[in-house]
Amino acid sequence: MLSLRRILTVSATLGILLFLSFFLEQRLQAVAFRVVMLSGIAVVMAVSLNLINGFTGQFSIGHAGFQAVGAYAAAALTVYGHNRIFGNLPRSGQLPDTLQGFLLGAPAMICALLAGGLFAAVVGYVVGLPSLRLKGDYLAIVTLGFGEIIRVAVENTEAVGGPRGFTGNIREGIYIPNLTSFFWVYLMVVVVVVVSRNLRFSVQGLQYLSVREDEIAAQAMGVNTTRVKVNAFVLGAFFAGVAGALYAHFEQSVSPTSFGFVRSFDFVTMVVLGGLGSITGSVLAAVVLTALPEILRSSLGAEFNQYRLVAYALLLILLMLVRPQGIFGRGELRLDRLFGRKGGGGPAGRDNVEDQPAATELR
Amino acid sequence: MRVSRSSFVSRIAPGLAFVALLGLAGCKDPGTASKGGAESGGAPTAAAQDTSGSEIKIGHYASLTGETATFGVETNEGIELAIKQLNEKGGMLGKKFRVETQDDQSKPEEAATVVTKFSNDPQIVAVLGEVASSRSLRAAPILERAGLPMITPSSTNPDVTKVGPNIFRVCFIDPFQGYVMAKFAHDDLKVTRVAVMHDQSSDYSVGLANVFKEEFAKMGGSITTDVSFNSKDSDFRGQLSQVKGAEAIFIPGYYGEVGTIARQAREQGIDVPLMGGDGWDSEKLVEGAGGPGKALENCYFSNHYSKDDKSPRVQEFVKAYSAAYGKAPSGLAAMGYDAMMLLADAIKRADSIERPKVREALASTKNFPGVTGDITIDADRNATKPAVILQIKGTEFTYKATIQPPSAAASTGVVKQAASAR
Amino acid sequence: MQYFLQNVINGVQLGSIYALIALGYTMVYGVLRLINFAHGDVFMIGAYVGFYAASAMKLQEQPTLGGALLQLIPVLFLAMVACAVLGLIIERLAYKPLRKAPRLTALITAIGVSLFLENGGQLLFGADPKFFPSVTPQGPKGTIRIGELIISVDQLVLVIAAALLMAVLWYIVSRTRIGKAMRAVSHDADAAALMGINTDNVISFTFGLGAALAGAGGVLFASLTYAKILPLLGVTMGLKAFVAAVVGGIGSIPGAMLGGLLMGLAESFVKGAPAIGPFEPSRWTDAVAFVLLIVVLLVRPAGLIGNAAPEKV
Repeated sequence: MLSLRRILTVSATLGILLFLSFFLEQRLQAVAFRVVMLSGIAVVMAVSLNLINGFTGQFSIGHAGFQAVGAYAAAALTVYGHNRIFGNLPRSGQLPDTLQGFLLGAPAMICALLAGGLFAAVVGYVVGLPSLRLKGDYLAIVTLGFGEIIRVAVENTEAVGGPRGFTGNIREGIYIPNLTSFFWVYLMVVVVVVVSRNLRFSVQGLQYLSVREDEIAAQAMGVNTTRVKVNAFVLGAFFAGVAGALYAHFEQSVSPTSFGFVRSFDFVTMVVLGGLGSITGSVLAAVVLTALPEILRSSLGAEFNQYRLVAYALLLILLMLVRPQGIFGRGELRLDRLFGRKGGGGPAGRDNVEDQPAATELR
Repeated sequence: MRVSRSSFVSRIAPGLAFVALLGLAGCKDPGTASKGGAESGGAPTAAAQDTSGSEIKIGHYASLTGETATFGVETNEGIELAIKQLNEKGGMLGKKFRVETQDDQSKPEEAATVVTKFSNDPQIVAVLGEVASSRSLRAAPILERAGLPMITPSSTNPDVTKVGPNIFRVCFIDPFQGYVMAKFAHDDLKVTRVAVMHDQSSDYSVGLANVFKEEFAKMGGSITTDVSFNSKDSDFRGQLSQVKGAEAIFIPGYYGEVGTIARQAREQGIDVPLMGGDGWDSEKLVEGAGGPGKALENCYFSNHYSKDDKSPRVQEFVKAYSAAYGKAPSGLAAMGYDAMMLLADAIKRADSIERPKVREALASTKNFPGVTGDITIDADRNATKPAVILQIKGTEFTYKATIQPPSAAASTGVVKQAASAR
Repeated sequence: MQYFLQNVINGVQLGSIYALIALGYTMVYGVLRLINFAHGDVFMIGAYVGFYAASAMKLQEQPTLGGALLQLIPVLFLAMVACAVLGLIIERLAYKPLRKAPRLTALITAIGVSLFLENGGQLLFGADPKFFPSVTPQGPKGTIRIGELIISVDQLVLVIAAALLMAVLWYIVSRTRIGKAMRAVSHDADAAALMGINTDNVISFTFGLGAALAGAGGVLFASLTYAKILPLLGVTMGLKAFVAAVVGGIGSIPGAMLGGLLMGLAESFVKGAPAIGPFEPSRWTDAVAFVLLIVVLLVRPAGLIGNAAPEKV
C-alpha cells in the first residue's frame, strides 16, 4: 500500500513537472522564464551548500568552484560526445519542445547531470579532506582557494576554451546542446530538497547536526566526525555539480569568470539570509536573491539602473541587521502551520514560498 | 519516518499545481502569444514584431558598470550621438530613433538576461552590442533565436558572427588585426625577433597573440618568447625579465595595464618599441605610462580609425563628439557611431523596419562610408575594412600607416606609408 | 643567481603591499574574530583619496628618493585619516549591532559593505580608471643598478615607507596603553572587559588603525607600482592579502607581515620563471597564492606564526 502510494506520488510529480515544462516554456515571457530557470538552479546551489554550511556547520565559501567543475565536465561530455555517443543532439535554437525531442535529449541530459555531479563530488572529496585538519575560517579560506585554483585551471585548459569560455564550438556547427528544460531544473530542485529534508531527520543527519553543535561532544558520543564532514562535502559538491550541468546546458556557454569567488559569496549569502540550516529558507532566499535584481531592473526604470546594485548591497546589509539569524532562523516554513492545519512533520511549505517572488516577476 | 516522507512528496504535487496557476497568471495574453511556439520551435517565444509604434526602437546592451565600464560608456556615447544626428535630420520613415541602453555589468550572464528582455520587446527593430566578445557570444544565440538582427560595434572575435545569419559586425576581426601588426613589425619596423606578452584572462588578448605569432612566423620572423600576465596584477617585472633581448614586444592588452607594463619595462632597461592592438586606444593610455614623452613614446598600435584622418566625415564626427562630450572620441565611440549609422542606412535601404528586411539590407551593405573606413559586409557578415597603425607621440596618436585586408592588399600593394597614402 | 636576487627584490616590494593590507585583516580578526571582507575596498578608497589629493596638490616627479618620500607624506596622511574615519563608520553602522550575532551573519554583512563600497565607488568616482601622477623619476634614471640587478626608486620608496608604517604599528601595539588593551581584547575579550577595558572603544580603534594602514597601502600601491585606480581595485588585492594573513596565522601581527612577504616572493618567482616546454608557470600565477595557502595550512593548520588555541571541552 505504502509503496503503491509512493509510486503514485513519484509518477504524479514527474507528470506534473513534465506538463509544466511544456506549458511554461510555451506560455511564459522569455525574461520571466529565464528568471524561473535561474532561480531553480540557484535553489539547487543554495540547498546543497546548506548541507555543508547549515547542517554540518562547516564553513565553505567556494561553492561556485564545484559548480564550475560540474558545468565544464557536463558540457565537455555532451560536446565531445556529440554524434559519437548521443547521436544528433538539439543544438542552438531548439529547446526540446516536443515529447519526442525531450525523449531524444533525455539520455544525454541524464548522463550530463551524472557526469557533472560525479566530477564535482570527486573534487568535493579532495576539498573535504583538508577539513580533517582545519576549522572555521581556515577551512573557509581553503575552500575559497580551491575555487580560485579551479578557475585558473579552467583558464589554462584549451580543450574547454580556456579564458574565452566554452560554447562547444570545437568544430563548426557544434554547440553545447540546449537540453535544460524546466522539467530537469525543477526535478533536481525536488530531488535536492527531498534528499536534504530526509537527511535532516535521519540518523546520519542528526550526526551532521551534532558536528555543527559541538564537534568534540559528537566525537565523544562515537560520531565519526571526519566521515560526516567529508560526506557533507561530497554530497554538497555533487548537487553543485548537477546545478553546473543544468547551468551549462541552459546558457549553452560557460566561462571561468562566471564561477569566481564573488559568485560563491552569492550562494553563501543565500544560505545565511535564509537561515543557516533551514531548507525552506535557502530555497526562498535563492529565489529572492535571483529575482530581486531583475525586479529592481524593471521597476526602477533606466535612469535608476545605476543605483540598482548599491540598493541591492544596502538591502543586504539592512536585512542582516534586522534579522541576523536569517529569515527563518533554523526553522522551516510550513504549509500546514501557515494554514492552521495539523499535520505531519515535513517542511512542506517549500512549494508555497518558492514561487511567490517568481509570481511577482511574471506579471 | 516513511509516512512523513511520502506525505512530503505528495505535498509537492499541490505545490506544483500552484506553480501552474502562477504560470497562468504570469502568462502573456494568449492573443499575442499565439505565434511563437509552433513556428520558431523555440519555447519561450520571441514576441511578434510590432511595427506600428511612432519610434524606431533600438536595443543596446553594454557594460556601463563593472570591470570594463569604459567600453560600454564610450560606445553608448557614440550611439547616442548618431541617434541625435539622425533625429535632427528628421529620423527615418517618418519616425524618430530611440535607443534603449541596458547595463550588463560587464558580466556574460547579465548580457544574456538583458538581450532576453530585448528579444521579448515587440518594438525593437535591432540590437547593438557588445564590445567584449565573451558577452557578445553569450547574447548572440538568444537574438539569433528571436530573429532579431544584432550588430556588434567592436567584438573582434571571429566566432561571434558565426552564431547565425542575424549577427553582424562593423569592426575587423582578430586574425586581421594580428596580421596587421605582424605585417607592420616585419615590413615597417624591419624587426625579426619579437617577444609577445598576453593577458591570460582575456580572450581578446590570447586570440590576438596567437594570430600574431602565427603570421609573424609565416613572414619569416621569430618569436623569442611568449609570456602571460593577468591584467589585475600590479607587477610585471617577472615577465619582463624574460622578454629581454627582443627587438620589439607585442602586448595585446588594454590601456589600463599597458602603461604600467611600459613603465616597468623602461625601468628594466628595455627600450625597444612596444606594439599593441585596439585595446590600447584611450586618451588615458599615456597617463598610465608616466605622462607624455615617457615610457610609451614612439610605440605603435593598430586601430579602427585615426582621429587625425583629414577626411571630412572623420573631422565632422570628431568635432560633433568633442562638442557633445568634451573629449576626443576613442575608437570604441567611433565604432558605436558607425554601427548605429550603418543600421540606419540599412533601414533606409530596406524602406521598412521589419526585422527580416532590415537583416537582408544589412547583409547587402556595400562600401558604407563610415567614420572608421568604408564598410562592406561580407558573406560571413563580417566587415571588410582597413586598419590603421598609430604612433604615440606625446599625448597624441599620430597616423603612421594604413594596412588593407589581405585580399585587397594583394592587388593594391601592402603597406601604404603615411606620406604616400595621404 | 641574478634571476634569484631580482625576483627577491620584486617579491619584497609586492609583499610589502600585501603585508600592509593583511595587517588590517589580522588585527580586526584578532579582536572581533571577523573576516572583514570590506577591507580590500577600504584600500581602494585610500587609493582614490590619494589620487584626488595628489591631483589637487599637483604632485610632480621628484629627482631624489627623499624628495619623493617627503612629497608623499601629506597625501599618505590624508588618505590614512579618511580611511580611518571610513573604517570607524563601517564598524559603528554595520558591525557593532551584530556583535552578538552568528559569525556568518557578520561575514555576510561584510560582503554587503564590500559590494556597497564597490558599486558606490563606481557611481562616485566613475568607472573609467584614474591614473596616479608619477612622483618618482621614471625610466632608466629612476633605477639603481648593482651589476645586473635593477632596483627602481619606486620599489625603494615603497619598501621604506611600508617598513616605517609597520614600525609605527609595532610601537603602538607593543608599547602604548591602547596597544596593550588591544592585545588584551584579542586574548580574551570578556576578561578584558572585566578588567575595566572599554572593549567597544578598543575594537573601534583597531578598525580605524587597520583601515588607516589599508589607506596608506592604497596610496603607495597606486603611486608607486600600479598607476591605474579602479573601483574594483580592492577585490583581488584584498583577497590575496587576506590569504597572506591566513598563511602567516590570522590574528598574529608578525604573521601578517611574514605572510605578505612570502606571498609576494612566491608570486614573483612563479611570474619570473621561464617556460619549461609547453608548461608556462606564469599562467598559473593567480593560483600560487592559494596553493601556498593550502600547503601551509596542511602542515601548520593555524598558519605559520598562529597559535592554535587548544579547544576547551
